[in-house]
Amino acid sequence: MIEERFDAIVVGAGPSGNAAAYTMAKQGLKVLQLERGEYPGSKNVQGAILYANALEKLIPDFRDDAPLERHIIEQRLWTMDDTSYVGMHYRSDDFNEERPNRYTIIRAQFDKWFSRKVREAGVTLICETTVKELLRDSHGKVIGVKTDRSGGAILADVVILGEGVNGIVGQRSGLRAELKPESVALAVKEMHFLPREVIESRFNLKGNEGVVIEAMGTITAGMTGTGFLYTNQESISVGIGCIVSDFAENGTTPYGLLESFKNHPSIKPLLANSECKEYAAHLIPEGGYNAIPELFGDGWIVVGDAGQFVNAVHREGSNLAMTTGRIAGETVVWLKRRRDELSKANLAEYKRRLDATFVMQDLKKYKKIPDFLHGNKQVFGLYPRLVNAAAQTWFRVDGADKRTKEKEILKSFRKGRTLPGLIGDAFKLARAWR
Amino acid sequence: MTSTAEISAFSTKVEEKLYQNRYLVDAGRPHIKVRPHEVPSKALLSLTYTCPAGCYSLNDKGQVEITVDGCFECGTCRVVTAKTGEVEWDYPRGGYGVLFKFG
Repeated sequence: MIEERFDAIVVGAGPSGNAAAYTMAKQGLKVLQLERGEYPGSKNVQGAILYANALEKLIPDFRDDAPLERHIIEQRLWTMDDTSYVGMHYRSDDFNEERPNRYTIIRAQFDKWFSRKVREAGVTLICETTVKELLRDSHGKVIGVKTDRSGGAILADVVILGEGVNGIVGQRSGLRAELKPESVALAVKEMHFLPREVIESRFNLKGNEGVVIEAMGTITAGMTGTGFLYTNQESISVGIGCIVSDFAENGTTPYGLLESFKNHPSIKPLLANSECKEYAAHLIPEGGYNAIPELFGDGWIVVGDAGQFVNAVHREGSNLAMTTGRIAGETVVWLKRRRDELSKANLAEYKRRLDATFVMQDLKKYKKIPDFLHGNKQVFGLYPRLVNAAAQTWFRVDGADKRTKEKEILKSFRKGRTLPGLIGDAFKLARAWR
Repeated sequence: MTSTAEISAFSTKVEEKLYQNRYLVDAGRPHIKVRPHEVPSKALLSLTYTCPAGCYSLNDKGQVEITVDGCFECGTCRVVTAKTGEVEWDYPRGGYGVLFKFG
């Protein structure tokens, strides 16, 4: 297919692959990027929230022409039972700043824009091409890739795998094991269209202000997971995700769960009269620090979802993807300048640099959280029910005196979970969180 | 106000949901296959409800079958049956399969 040799091949044109390719091409490296979709973004699904900080480090003036939906001025965290929610909302005019911190985006549009920047930086992008496996020399060093095009062998000094959560190329080339059903979530999502003035009045917004709702509770039918609702300019992204092994054991369909969430009395009016234009699904790596596979070897580096770089607690992923992609690119540029070989020993610099960033520090901080959430389903069912019932007891004025109400609430918690259970949960959470 | 939009926005049938999506189907070359079996394992059976596109169904012999046309290429079926090896999974050929308009 292509006779010439490249400094680097990047597998995938999502946030991590784009960040890596862009970084290397900007520094004069000859980069080939391969994408299996018809266009970048055609296989990608995200909520989606863009974190400005990670993108600014690559493209400082991205706000000039990136397809951004709304900058987020309000975050709502909801704990839900079947008829209610208890919410913590944070809204601030400080988020109406010149360089806003977080935006909602529509991935297919954003990825096309990002890819244009990557190509303008000099990267050769070939779409509709699926990488099948890595090519190795007699010493086992990765020297290129084989694609599904005829004669599809292409050579390079290093292959950067930004192939996404499934990581099939890496798996089949023996770099890492299959995903575990307990450490990956399946999320389903719909795009609901409404006139922008309807969205603005429903969410109390003006201009390009946006709201994000993250929800947990009985909406996941006892499974470990969360729901979300994000405002875009003329659409609302609504979705829900749970751990794959929970879905397999629970017997609930993902689309049935999404439908129940959409029909919750607190969500339904927000979507009323909207037109759904897409239903999508994707896996999210949620195993955290302990699920991170080998990240580098002789002639290869892993970035983004393929490396399990998702902070499930804070719902961050694209920023980790862009940061790992950028640092992988910078590491390759640095080694190339020193005329060092792209060997396993030298590429260890990638991991050293990552360790110094929020990416590894946050994943390390929360490394016990995935196990805690998986093993403590009361967090998703019992506690949301208790908290919502307590709120109702507290706010309903029915002639009962306040001290009786307090006692009733405390009794409901002790009865629901027992005192040792409550203390144990608090202790376990504190230990997993710190 | 009950409009057609209201109906399409709230529909429980997965077929109706998929109707909005774009696909380029690689006719005659399914990228996922269920290995021939007499009795499906519990894991394989679970795909009839865990698959977000509802691609898996039971035939009248109680075996699990797949129609890949609505597939999101999400990987759930491969992950769930990794231990039993009952599903042969690959990406579609480059350019084929689901084409997310919004993602």
